[in-house]
Amino acid sequence: MCGILGVQLLNGERVDRTLLNTMIGQLHHRGPDATGFYIDGPVGFAHARLSIIDLSGGHQPMHNEDQTVWITFNGEIFNYIELRNDLIQKGHRFRTQSDTEVIIHLYEEKGEDCVQYLNGQWAFAIWDKKRDKLFMSRDRLGVRPLFYSLTAGMLLFGSEIKALLAYPGLTREIDLQALDQLFTFWVTLPPRTIFKGISELPPGHSLVSERGQVTIRSYWNIDYNSSNDSMSEQEAAATLLELLTDATKIRLRSDVPVGAYLSGGLDSTVITALIKKVSVSRLKTFSISFEDKEFDESGFQQEASSFLQTDHHTVRCSTQDIGRVFPDVIWHTEKPILRTAPAPLFLLSKLVREQGYKVVLTGEGSDEMLGGYDIFKEAKIRKFWGAFPESKIRPLLLKRLYPYLENIQAQSPAYLKAFFHVRREDQLSPFFSHLPRWELTSKLKMFFSEDVKSELKGSDVYNDLRERLPSNYSKWDGFSQAQFLETMYLLPGYILSSQGDRMAMAHSVEGRFPFLDHRVVEFASSIPPALKMKVLNEKYILKQAVGDLVPVSIKKRPKQPYRAPEIKSFIGEDTNVVRHEYVEELLSTDRIQKDGIFNPGTVQKLIEKSRKGRAIGIKDNMAFVGILSTQLIVDQFVNRPIGGRQNGTAV
Amino acid sequence: MERQYERELRQYVIDNFLFGQGGSELKNDDSFMERGIIDSTGVLELVAFLEEKFQVKVEDEDLIPANLDSINNLLLYLKKKQPLKKSNAFIRIEGLAESA
Repeated sequence: MCGILGVQLLNGERVDRTLLNTMIGQLHHRGPDATGFYIDGPVGFAHARLSIIDLSGGHQPMHNEDQTVWITFNGEIFNYIELRNDLIQKGHRFRTQSDTEVIIHLYEEKGEDCVQYLNGQWAFAIWDKKRDKLFMSRDRLGVRPLFYSLTAGMLLFGSEIKALLAYPGLTREIDLQALDQLFTFWVTLPPRTIFKGISELPPGHSLVSERGQVTIRSYWNIDYNSSNDSMSEQEAAATLLELLTDATKIRLRSDVPVGAYLSGGLDSTVITALIKKVSVSRLKTFSISFEDKEFDESGFQQEASSFLQTDHHTVRCSTQDIGRVFPDVIWHTEKPILRTAPAPLFLLSKLVREQGYKVVLTGEGSDEMLGGYDIFKEAKIRKFWGAFPESKIRPLLLKRLYPYLENIQAQSPAYLKAFFHVRREDQLSPFFSHLPRWELTSKLKMFFSEDVKSELKGSDVYNDLRERLPSNYSKWDGFSQAQFLETMYLLPGYILSSQGDRMAMAHSVEGRFPFLDHRVVEFASSIPPALKMKVLNEKYILKQAVGDLVPVSIKKRPKQPYRAPEIKSFIGEDTNVVRHEYVEELLSTDRIQKDGIFNPGTVQKLIEKSRKGRAIGIKDNMAFVGILSTQLIVDQFVNRPIGGRQNGTAV
Repeated sequence: MERQYERELRQYVIDNFLFGQGGSELKNDDSFMERGIIDSTGVLELVAFLEEKFQVKVEDEDLIPANLDSINNLLLYLKKKQPLKKSNAFIRIEGLAESA
């Protein structure tokens, strides 16, 4: 796990090593163990290494036998042992024990198709000297990041945007279309990022730069067409367990110790249980507990830990802590966020690192692949109700859906009906499942300044998304469509990045996700939706598959989404004062006016409401976090030169 | 009285839900839900405001759009719900103090 970076000058000039050094310096947190460079005239690679496999031999950039193929690679290839054996039989000679070298030889053997054989999480670039070809690839689901910028005469790429923005003279400007997307979908739609001129290589895509031409191609797609309705419950459960066990087993391959996150929910408990099943060594597990009881799950964490006999460590997180680390969190997310949930994960990776660990397995991906999220359940209820709109009983199911949301519990049937109203046109929308979430989020655009609003007049974010849907999307059932939207957009754009890679790598920790093994993902997409969510029992097939490997109480507990305190983290509950100086400064009328994205008067009203303790709703909380994080992005990436921060600390 | 109620309700809706925006365009018969002014939390905020400001007790069965979904509906509702007389309010507070 590492940070990668590269420059290709299309005018043929030689890449300057000092420049590479400055840029890779921005990725020090991703790879504190070693730095390496490779320059071949107009092509330059840099690498910041976090040593995990082949500690002494795995230095990068790495080359093949005759130094005609070079690679800079971030990630892990979990089936590298099997691939290596195959390649040796085909006559390839290896100099190291690393997974990096396997990619090089596989590329020699298969060319760009090499990615089809990889089981893992990666972002890499290969320089093929003989063919004068630069080849880049990102893993199927977007676990590892890869950004690029194609400006006049130059291709830049890197693991994080900050490394690209460190290139002298590169434009540092907010892309308002991206902001429009983010304040609807919670993510920007790749290749768009929040910065003008900086793109993201979409998950499951490769990029080739050859003879002055850049081509981007998809090499993998998720498909729900093969959903096998005749699959029996026993068959599905048995295959799922077998695949998950192997996915966990190969993710324990490492030359440093591997730990696990244990949140107290089903998914991380399943992964921890599978680690215990396939490995004998003592396992360290890590979790977050909250001072605020509304968010705390320590009871379930302790139960899972003692059932599975792990050596458990917890970091206690207060609202003060979230407010304190929030600027660092945004420095790493490199995009605005609407929830504070990444902040505790930032603190958690710090704990992992302090315990001497570099690698953790987690339960990420299960909710997307096996139908765990409330949004799937909500859509199911709305659809059920839409079939008989006059029903007085059907809307009451919505209360059962959100036992942890007091606002919903307090609603009369008349209002429940009004809020979750299923319009005729909604039932025909390809985005039926996501409309309530996206419409609610879009309300936050009322805080945009008049200039931004007029700039965005006529822009249609739904159309941006519609254009990206695969041709067979309309043939899938509603449940699969909802799964697709979560898997393709929220998963890479928020869960795996802002909550995942960026928070873990901020403290040089690598996450590994058995549920995102592509064999598990492909199999899960073939399981009939009725087995994923049986009536309203989410992840039913997973619960069947794991049997008594996990405590009954964890299987039976109502699902609680992972959340963290929001406005409370920035404005004190008792004192009703703004707790942190930066919040005061970035949200001041002067600052909002100057930065130009939001309307100063409107923001002041929101702050007043928050100070009175009246901003209790989801919308107000999302607005506050969204505005503050956008202001932090502008402050850290646009207003100040990159490099104003050293080693992740604000100067 | 009604004028004053109307002013107070408008101001509240504009400050609290519209954050100061578009107040002049808000008509008295605009539906809060259709215009996206109020969400599920908004209803609860509104109820708390009515109870505090106008000293009415909003019963569970009153929680319907016909009572709460526009300035006009609110005015009608408040009219219907005779505000508690001052002496009654006083007794209620006394009662609370005693039970405490």
